[in-house]
Amino acid sequence: MKDTMTQPVIEAKGLNLVFQTADGPVHALKDVDLAINRGDFVSFIGPSGCGKTTFLRAIAALERPTGGTLTVNGMTPDEARRKRAYGYVFQAAGLYPWRTIAGNIRLPLEIMGFSRAEQNQRVERVLDLVELSGFGKKFPWQLSGGMQQRASIARALAFDADILLMDEPFGALDEIVRDRLNEEVLALWARTGKTIGFVTHSIPEAVYLSTKIVVMSPRPGRITDVIDSPLPKERPLDIRDSREFIAIAHRVREGLRGGHSDD
Amino acid sequence: MSRALPILTVLAGIVVIWYGAAVWMNATWVFDQAERNGQTVTWAEVIPQTMAQARPLLPPPHQVAAEVWKGLFGQAVTSKRSLVYHGFVTVKGTLMGFGLGIVLGVVLAMSIVRFRVMDMSVMPWAIISQTIPIVALAPMILTVSSQLGIDERDVPKAIIAAYLSFFPVLVSMVKGLRSPDQMQLDLLKTYGAGEGATFLKLRLPASMPYFFASLKVAIAASLIGTIVGELPTGAIEGLGARMLIGSQFGEPLIMWAALFVAAIVAGLLIVAVGFVERFARARMGVPA
Repeated sequence: MKDTMTQPVIEAKGLNLVFQTADGPVHALKDVDLAINRGDFVSFIGPSGCGKTTFLRAIAALERPTGGTLTVNGMTPDEARRKRAYGYVFQAAGLYPWRTIAGNIRLPLEIMGFSRAEQNQRVERVLDLVELSGFGKKFPWQLSGGMQQRASIARALAFDADILLMDEPFGALDEIVRDRLNEEVLALWARTGKTIGFVTHSIPEAVYLSTKIVVMSPRPGRITDVIDSPLPKERPLDIRDSREFIAIAHRVREGLRGGHSDD
Repeated sequence: MSRALPILTVLAGIVVIWYGAAVWMNATWVFDQAERNGQTVTWAEVIPQTMAQARPLLPPPHQVAAEVWKGLFGQAVTSKRSLVYHGFVTVKGTLMGFGLGIVLGVVLAMSIVRFRVMDMSVMPWAIISQTIPIVALAPMILTVSSQLGIDERDVPKAIIAAYLSFFPVLVSMVKGLRSPDQMQLDLLKTYGAGEGATFLKLRLPASMPYFFASLKVAIAASLIGTIVGELPTGAIEGLGARMLIGSQFGEPLIMWAALFVAAIVAGLLIVAVGFVERFARARMGVPA
């Protein structure tokens, strides 16, 4: 029904994920259908417990769905991982304190068996990409929180995954730093053409960054609205004062409220 | 200087109390002597006599210092009276036991972290092992090893020292190897890292601060183990043997001198471990 160009990169059909806990089963994801196309910037937004992180983790094969199908590049998430399909950025930078910034970025490359020369070349390239050139020899504690998070993005980019999965990467940073990093992520996305999955709590962040906003609600975790953003690809920060932006933000808020009234 | 001052103050206090105690404890002997000779002595006469007895109940600091000096520098270091010689024997045993204890502790910790069945079976026994008084166990280890035809005294001594020193290493390493949080483990999973890579790249380096913290405890425990291993009858070498000889032959000065050399050795070993730790920390990027 689709040709290869429009074949979704990530496709979930009737996806269910139930955690067995001491308090009984928890329905983290219920009947989730979603298609993410190549080059999309998709934000997942919703209150705690809506399954947005679980969905991202399922894409990364860190959680195993209990029902439905989930494919990444037409493969199972496990196969996609072996093909180095994605880089993952966590809320905390999680840099190893005993490695330099360059050493941290080299970590996935070492594990994946790149040659030493190739490692160095890639480290230089991604450091440049996140504007951390010259910081390679520094240790993590010598960098600010924002710089550490940029280094962790560089680490996720180092092995050329097509898909970048980011789980509230800027949640722990202050708003000024967050604005700057949002701009940088957009620039990075424009330059690399990667498909990005981005979990966030922040409505402005989701609207500012995304081409597609997935609104989710909890208990059970499910999708309540999918918004294809009409905003242009070129987005200066003050686009957030435009009428379109405010309209989308309003729709996201409505979606979040609608999800809650089901409680 | 500001760091030395509190230490020196405490030291001065100890010396004062020590001299007071020496006068008080050694005076009994002086009074007894005088009474036996039908004399009466005043405190002014007693005090000098408490300071220079051949077999004092409690030797005053200067006598111990003189004995230590004589033991260290009074004769060739190869002499059986030399505390350098005995100290060397003890240090050798300590380091052997320390090395053995580290290997044992690390290997056990690795298998405990890796295999749940080891965690359930070995860990309780490791804890129980430390509740058995080492003085009770040491003679048994010595007897068993001589039964097995091991004439070398170094081996049972190293085993006793390792028996005490593996435990702090084991406990710290288990904690250290388990210190990486779920997020860091997940991160490696996204790279498709296997168990070997997870261990080498994450668990092992993450455990290093715990490891080095345990080494200071382990080296001190190893020294104690070695000295205890030198105590049982038949030992002729090592600081433990000197202490035993001093106490058995009623030569408190020999005992005290050996005790102090043991304390000095312990201090030096801990400082040495501290240097290694600082070097390793610098290599691992810890802020100074």
